[in-house]
Amino acid sequence: MYQTLRKIMRTGIATETPPAPADDNVVVARLHEKILRTLGRALAIRHVDAGSCNGCELEAHALSNPYYNLEGLGIRHVASPRHADALMVTGPVTKHMAIALRRTYDAMPDPKLVIAVGECACSGGIFGETYATIGALSKVLPIDVAIPGCPPSPTLMLQGILAAITNGRGGEVR
Amino acid sequence: MNVAPLGLAAAALAAAVPAQVASVSSGQLLTASRLAWENGGRLIALWGSDERDRHRGFRLRVALESQDGITVLEHTLPDADARYPDLSPIFASANRMQRATYDLFGIAAETDDQRPWLWMASWPVDQFPLRRDFAASSSWEPQQEEYEFVKVEGDGVHEIPVGPVHAGIIEPGHFRFQIVGEKVLRLEERLGYAHKGVEKRFEAFPIVDGGRLAGRVSGDSTVAYAWAYAQAVEAIARVVPPPRALWLRALCLERERLANHLGDVGALGNDAGFAFGLAQFSRLREDVLRTNAAAFGHRLLMDVIVPGGAMRDIAFEHVHRMRDEADRIAREIRELREIYDEHAGVQDRFRNCGRVSPELAAKLGLLGLAGRASGLPRDVRCDFRSPPYDVLDVRIATQTAGDVWARAAVRFDEAIESTRLIVAITAALLDRATSGEIGASIDDVPADRLALGYVEGWRGPILIALESGPNGTIRRCHAHDPSWSNWPAIEHAVIGNIVPDFPLINKSFNLSYSGHDL
Repeated sequence: MYQTLRKIMRTGIATETPPAPADDNVVVARLHEKILRTLGRALAIRHVDAGSCNGCELEAHALSNPYYNLEGLGIRHVASPRHADALMVTGPVTKHMAIALRRTYDAMPDPKLVIAVGECACSGGIFGETYATIGALSKVLPIDVAIPGCPPSPTLMLQGILAAITNGRGGEVR
Repeated sequence: MNVAPLGLAAAALAAAVPAQVASVSSGQLLTASRLAWENGGRLIALWGSDERDRHRGFRLRVALESQDGITVLEHTLPDADARYPDLSPIFASANRMQRATYDLFGIAAETDDQRPWLWMASWPVDQFPLRRDFAASSSWEPQQEEYEFVKVEGDGVHEIPVGPVHAGIIEPGHFRFQIVGEKVLRLEERLGYAHKGVEKRFEAFPIVDGGRLAGRVSGDSTVAYAWAYAQAVEAIARVVPPPRALWLRALCLERERLANHLGDVGALGNDAGFAFGLAQFSRLREDVLRTNAAAFGHRLLMDVIVPGGAMRDIAFEHVHRMRDEADRIAREIRELREIYDEHAGVQDRFRNCGRVSPELAAKLGLLGLAGRASGLPRDVRCDFRSPPYDVLDVRIATQTAGDVWARAAVRFDEAIESTRLIVAITAALLDRATSGEIGASIDDVPADRLALGYVEGWRGPILIALESGPNGTIRRCHAHDPSWSNWPAIEHAVIGNIVPDFPLINKSFNLSYSGHDL
């Protein structure tokens, strides 16, 4: 126990100041005032991997590390779509995941946001549109924010998520 | 493996490790596989190809690894009603590979288990995507499949279906538990949700450019895949990358291993209810990734390795930064490992949890890290020592307990070993003898050649079997992840454990869904 506490003390607080919401790399497609009024600045995210290579997942995980401290900003990943305000989707939407993805979206309460994360979810990426993939997420769900990158860095992801809850107008986060 | 006693003639196969190829009849396929098994050989991969355009029907290839290298057995099948002998009684892990080969080519093994594996009703059941006359752009409306899970019956037995959408940030897969009380009687996996047609997609890429796609077969192993792919292209084109490029590749590979192991031991702590572990190790992982970005322009090191060499060299300041960082991280890992070792809660969850005994591991043909945690001391870096591992002297990490604790222990040892290797590699990169070119040009890639790439990724051995087409195209590329062999082991590891331990057990293997589903 002593060792653990000593390590915590010595490590100190690693959390950095969050970046400004959305720069030019992030596309804010459609955000409604009504959604933002309802959600405020806290956000519950449900992630669905629609066939990504798992690179985006690694970076989404990194958002929870002490440097980015996603939870410290009032943003949480939740276990059920029924608890979620936002759906975060990665991958080129494989045909095999299409039904599960749709059901997850349908299970979320209104109003809801959809965030496309990574090159694949934005455009189909390197896997394109084939017998096995639908390609861009926007072909199956209405998207609010698109965060390209292969994979997008945690900073870029955070900027996109923050854009989703500030309507892309920038401004103070905390 | 010496195939001469079977009356087979083997030809050398182009690869960075010793490799040979032999044509076999269906009977010889069985006897050669049995001989390999009896001599401690292991099944690495099984895949098909469509040769009907050359009037040679279909071809089945089986890659076996033994102490002296890789042997690829080639078996030719007729155009119609193609069947080959079932290898799963010899190599248990062949079952799913055979079923996937049917889904993609329509060639079946002679077995009772003809359930689909990668097919999920998204294309007609009589269409086979990797046949040459199947258009990559074909499209059908996805349907809900009906998969025949094996049912357990009896008093108080109930079923828990989980996935493909999980509670955390995880790849998609379905797990079907049969439970009594809290205890798992049986687990059955259903994978394939991440199938994105990678192998068909390869055929649309120029061969010198396919490394980008190989680097996205499984994002967490991008370096290993890109290196294996580069090896295969170089073997076909008979190009030897300059020494400095090999050192840069090894640097990337060890940093990939280090970053993944750091992430995993942190996540294992978290799954055992010790959030401190996740906070600490995810911080260290982030340090490694940031240094990667500073030195190579990409946090996960995607597209740094290309056929012929490396995309970019490393600046002096970053070599020094990596060396200092490796020392610091090694120190912190040791300190944190001691905390794990002395934490009663963590030890209680880790020990005897999700056990795969050495006997079972050998029977199932476990590969890589999970194999080493169950007493199978195999590591491509040590066994075949292709440059620069010929001078690096990797110390292999093994355990025999085969439980979550052992898989964590192997990760701790390998992470520390990787920091040692990073220090050694940075020293080599600073040496004048290794300065110079970082890439050789690949001008001419001969058609119709088969070559292998074989690299020990952080999870285990990664195989690329690449066949060139005319004019610098790819005729066929099979990318094979060790997860194929290790997924079935989880079904065994969870038996008798309680349901809440499944996430911990699953994480301790941390297998790739994307690399498996292709």
